[in-house]
Amino acid sequence: MRSLLFLLRKEFKQIFRNKALLPLIFVAPIMQLIILPLAADFEVKNINISVVDHDHSSFSQQLISKLTSSGYFRLMDYGSSFKKGLEQIEQDKADIILEIPNNFERNLIKEGEADLFVAANAINGVKAGLGSSYLSRIITNFNEDIRTKWVNKQGESGMSLIDVTTSNWFNPYLIYNKFMVPGILVALVTMVCSYMCSLNIVKEKEMGTIEQINVTPIKKYQFILGKLIPFWIIGMFVFSVGLFIVGRFVYGIVPVGNLLLLYGYLALYLVAVLGLGLLISTVSDTQQQAMSVAFFFIMIFMLMSGLFTSIDSMPTWAQVIAKSIPVTYFIEVVRMIVLKGSGFEDIQQHFLIMVGFAVLLNTLAILNYRKTS
Amino acid sequence: MSKEVVIKTDKLTKKFGDFIATNSISFEVYKGEIFGFLGANGAGKTTAMKMLCGLSRPSSGEAMIAGFDIYKQTEEIKKSIGYMSQKFSLYEDLTVKENIDFFGGIYGLRSEDLKAKRAELIKTLGLENEVNQLVSSLPLGWKQKLAFSVAVIHDPKIVFLDEPTGGVDPVTRRQFWDLIYDASSRGITIFVTTHYMDEAEYCNRISMMVDGEIKALDSPFNLKKQYGADTMDEVFYELARGATRKGD
Repeated sequence: MRSLLFLLRKEFKQIFRNKALLPLIFVAPIMQLIILPLAADFEVKNINISVVDHDHSSFSQQLISKLTSSGYFRLMDYGSSFKKGLEQIEQDKADIILEIPNNFERNLIKEGEADLFVAANAINGVKAGLGSSYLSRIITNFNEDIRTKWVNKQGESGMSLIDVTTSNWFNPYLIYNKFMVPGILVALVTMVCSYMCSLNIVKEKEMGTIEQINVTPIKKYQFILGKLIPFWIIGMFVFSVGLFIVGRFVYGIVPVGNLLLLYGYLALYLVAVLGLGLLISTVSDTQQQAMSVAFFFIMIFMLMSGLFTSIDSMPTWAQVIAKSIPVTYFIEVVRMIVLKGSGFEDIQQHFLIMVGFAVLLNTLAILNYRKTS
Repeated sequence: MSKEVVIKTDKLTKKFGDFIATNSISFEVYKGEIFGFLGANGAGKTTAMKMLCGLSRPSSGEAMIAGFDIYKQTEEIKKSIGYMSQKFSLYEDLTVKENIDFFGGIYGLRSEDLKAKRAELIKTLGLENEVNQLVSSLPLGWKQKLAFSVAVIHDPKIVFLDEPTGGVDPVTRRQFWDLIYDASSRGITIFVTTHYMDEAEYCNRISMMVDGEIKALDSPFNLKKQYGADTMDEVFYELARGATRKGD
């Protein structure tokens, strides 16, 4: 027990004396948390639209003004040649073309129907898809306006319209940040802990100091605890600063759920992640190797944990990977507790799975860590 | 005077696959002795030493260190030995004082004892002005002397030194050997590997390893007589010449 205290004192001194790593541990995650969620916004705005109008009628003008006033579209070009519109797309000036045919107004009034043509530049699939769907929603809306107007004029009973009202729960204004901040915070804490912890242990191997430690009466578990505890505390600290200072004051996020539950899960999660860091350190002899291995995992964690993309829409094999990384579960839990206020019953299964990860990763790491060869 | 045996090995062997790094070595080392463990690069010195320190598990053979069995009582062995490797192994990002306190602490020294030890050690090494400096700022020779003093801070029965004076200037080496003699006079057994033949002359007894086996073991005086040589250099050359293994 006394040895552990000596080890902890030494670790903290070394961590706080390392002028190169200290800002990476404490400042970088906070700065990233301030900046990243602002950029990682999936709402598509400023879609550049080029309108090819062959009709030049009051209806076509109404439609265009409805488009531009929606806030999603920027009218880049207005002309009457489709070829010119296509050029705009080729030059990357426009993302989408709306072609209004001849006799649009006349057909709409007389025949009760008219065709419009939409062509989207699908290189940026998200922008094209969302752009077309926004556009068709606006056109449907426009269509309804016209119908109501004309039907009423002619005194006939209009066709019944199904009006769907959506209400967004837990994040009523669909603010993307609210969803991203907790997720990004998890990713950052994961990186700091697994990375720094494995680097720290491998550094002792590289310097040869681990050999000195191995000939002392320090026990294996004492050395490991001496390495894990400081980073466990740092993980708790970084998470708290991120949630209560950056989350609260920059993004106005106030956790809805039980904080004790959140911290209970965080404590468990950090044990699992530090186990991974320890495992990485046991398979690496140099800091360079450890960094490369850690980088491999972190890329997978960032892209497959459901941080940016929904796991439900991944192919089955990718879902299997997503479900086998611990980050996925913590991101879900943080979002559930912070945004929805979920209780213990809701995340019971997540708890069990994380216990499994913590035990598995740490057991593997300890088995792999040898004081003798 | 009966000699107390502190290291006793019997056919100690370490194999890495087909390669036999240390081949069935048997020897005894007595209490308070300065035992020189010599051999060319790749002769198997470091492997043998690691087994004796409990860092590496032997493939076969027996050994008792300070009265403890090398297989079953590694934890007891670790309390009774000190170790200093050829790679500098104090923490460069801790100060002189912090290093002394850390290693003293993990060897279980009580804080009053530690304080007294620290004061004595700093006085002996003349590091009064450097106590609160980071170890990384000290010259190599000072670091090595400090590392040795830290390795014997808990008054171990045996201290293992693996090429402790590599890259150190002659004056500092001489001072380093003063520290070794001082420790030896306090009853600490010194087990040292070296490539400097002048240092070999300082040892009470010497073993010469060639290709994983001990080819000679006696006092420097007897070895020189036996091989009809004037210096240890010649003895070493005579023995190492027969080696088939390439150095690393």
